Amino acid sequence: MKPKNQRLALVAAAALAVLAAVLLAMLGLKDRAAYFYTPADIAAGKAADGKAMRLGGMVETGSLRRDPDGVTVRFLVSDGQARTPVTYRGIVPDLFREGSGVVAEGRLDRGTFVADTILAKHDERYMPPQLGNQAAEHQAGTTLAR
Amino acid sequence: MIAEAGLAALWLAAALSLLQLVLMIAELRGVVAAARTIRAVAVVQGVLALTAMAMLLIVFARTDLSVALVAANSHAAKPFVYKLAGAWGNHEGSMLLWVTVLALSGALLALFSRRLQQRTLIAALGAQGALALGFYAFLLVASNPFARLDPPPPQGRGLNPLLQDPGLAFHPPTLYLGYVGLSVAFSLAVGALLTGEVGATLARAMRPWVLAAWIFLTLGITAGSYWAYYELGWGGWWFWDPVENASLMPWLAATALLHSVHVLAARGALRAWTMMLAVIAFSMSMVGTFLVRSGILTSVHSFAVDPSRGTFLLALLGIYVGAAFLLFALRTAALKEGPPFELVSRESGLVANNLLLSVILGVVFVGTLYPLLAEAVSGNKLSVGAPYFNAVAGPLALLLAALVAVGPLLAWRRERRPVAKRLALPALVAAAALVISLFAAPQIGLLPRLGLVVAAWLAPASLLPLVGRNPLRAPLATWGMVVAHFGIAVALVGMAADSAFTRETLAAARPGDKLSVGPWLVELRGLAPVAGPNWTAVEAELRASRGDGVLVMKPQTRFFSDPPTETNEAAIDTLWNGQLYTVLGKPDEAGRWQVRLWWKPFVTLIWLGGALIALGGLLSLVGRAWRGWRKARLT
Repeated sequence: MKPKNQRLALVAAAALAVLAAVLLAMLGLKDRAAYFYTPADIAAGKAADGKAMRLGGMVETGSLRRDPDGVTVRFLVSDGQARTPVTYRGIVPDLFREGSGVVAEGRLDRGTFVADTILAKHDERYMPPQLGNQAAEHQAGTTLAR
Repeated sequence: MIAEAGLAALWLAAALSLLQLVLMIAELRGVVAAARTIRAVAVVQGVLALTAMAMLLIVFARTDLSVALVAANSHAAKPFVYKLAGAWGNHEGSMLLWVTVLALSGALLALFSRRLQQRTLIAALGAQGALALGFYAFLLVASNPFARLDPPPPQGRGLNPLLQDPGLAFHPPTLYLGYVGLSVAFSLAVGALLTGEVGATLARAMRPWVLAAWIFLTLGITAGSYWAYYELGWGGWWFWDPVENASLMPWLAATALLHSVHVLAARGALRAWTMMLAVIAFSMSMVGTFLVRSGILTSVHSFAVDPSRGTFLLALLGIYVGAAFLLFALRTAALKEGPPFELVSRESGLVANNLLLSVILGVVFVGTLYPLLAEAVSGNKLSVGAPYFNAVAGPLALLLAALVAVGPLLAWRRERRPVAKRLALPALVAAAALVISLFAAPQIGLLPRLGLVVAAWLAPASLLPLVGRNPLRAPLATWGMVVAHFGIAVALVGMAADSAFTRETLAAARPGDKLSVGPWLVELRGLAPVAGPNWTAVEAELRASRGDGVLVMKPQTRFFSDPPTETNEAAIDTLWNGQLYTVLGKPDEAGRWQVRLWWKPFVTLIWLGGALIALGGLLSLVGRAWRGWRKARLT
């Protein structure tokens, strides 16, 4: 190849690589990005069954139950307007308790949210204990508001 | 006093970085001859930044609660090592560490780059000064680590227990040496674009920096992966968390740069291409810093900081990346074209490596930033995780790993020998691996199976550059390449085996109950309270047996009082063929405890492979340094 053509070929290859990356990414994102829903969204029928998604809200007080197997928990997530039942098999994170905010990853199965992961907020910046609950509520509030 | 001294050192260092920039402009315009001065200034700037970091370490070591940062992140009752490591376990301290590494890199560049053209070195030091100036400004204006509290609180808030781990002492500094070490490649590229002296000399000056930064990045990522694996207690080794991606992206760019800078050094080809990669590599470091430090992400690593910092960092990012790209666009047409090469040649192989790495980088970049963009544009909240990255980046990475087997066998400029013949044995091994895996494990997924096959292909092929010659007389750099490429195969086996053969059991158990996981029978013997320096815990005693071998494992649930938190300390036992991983969960009303068990065959190969890759880099670095030193002595 002549030097001039070689540079042209390299530029073309680089452009092709960028294009390929963007195309691949867009194709991949189309059905693999998990959208964030609130119980109100789910009640309104915005979320499709079986698609990976995130659910956020408050763990409703008095709704937490444990199955006889000892490792499956069931609870209701509410956003003040609607409630979604959630099941999760696993060890829940420390900050998970009734009345505090939660984000769950998983999918909807006939109205019940089957969670693969319950997200814990691991933060290096801790609030003093007496402010802790307020902070957790505040955090959940901003999660929902955003 | 000590905090004030640290602050003063920072202000002085900032002033010197400005001086560095001004001297560079004056020198390049021919106003003054400042070559010696600019070097001295860069060295003093590095010493001052190091002084500031030392002062921060001292206030943390003494738990000086009148310093706001110490009060917010430390506690008198914390073990001494974590008091020190706590200095960078927070936003301000870690930014100071970042800038310190940046300034030290500049100092080392000024001290040791004798073989580079003088004008390019000066231009590079000026660029390094400009980079440092922006980040000093960020520290002094938006993230002062030495701010005082008046009156000081009676006790500090403590450090997140998850961070109270030997990993913290090691992981961030290593990663930062890698991240910020790439700044030198960036500055050298900017300097060379300014002076127009892009060629083999520049590449030889740039190569050790890229190699060193890349080694640290590799080690930092590998160590971080293992840290997350045992500390989080989730049994996973990579979560495609945005913060993990933030370290992966510079690594991908640096890996591409490492290979293209080699072409430039050996053949004088790929000039503009290499400059572009050098700019992109450090830009990815800055993108990573922005993602992690601005608090824009919600992830396991996310940091609660105010938005002004994010804006500041974004502005810095925009200025530096924008200026470098503009310079590249203006100067690249004037660069001389390198010598030509044919389609089947070592150069082409390395171009293919670069293209694939760039595509993977693009895919990770889009996946990481897409949620932020989507939220900013449409207000939709979404997350992109493992399903996307595995499905899109996974096959590309496997294709790349398969090509790694071929590239080193090709000759520079053009290949006339039949390379396919030399690859017959690896092809046979790969085919055998495919057949065996189909019979022995018909149920495993496509990606893990392909991973095993590609590893079986790459492992023997990676050794071929040593075949047909006396391996002991091969250059150390060749050994480095072979070890690193073999390491990819090793890591690949670990990843594939972990995702294909992991067995998991989750159950609630009473003392005396027996659970099975994979080939193991695990009995919960009992629970006992234990106490550490600043925590108390419930510890389970598990007896795991397989055949006649018996292991006793003691996972814990720990309770920390400052701040009040609970963590799961997994108990992990490493055997030659895998790891048994046990986690103790919570008790229920009936007196049963949740126990989670994993049997992970060959999972350790992931980190062993990572370590081999880094070792390969080290061998190559030492080999080239040794050669350069001998050459310098002979002439």
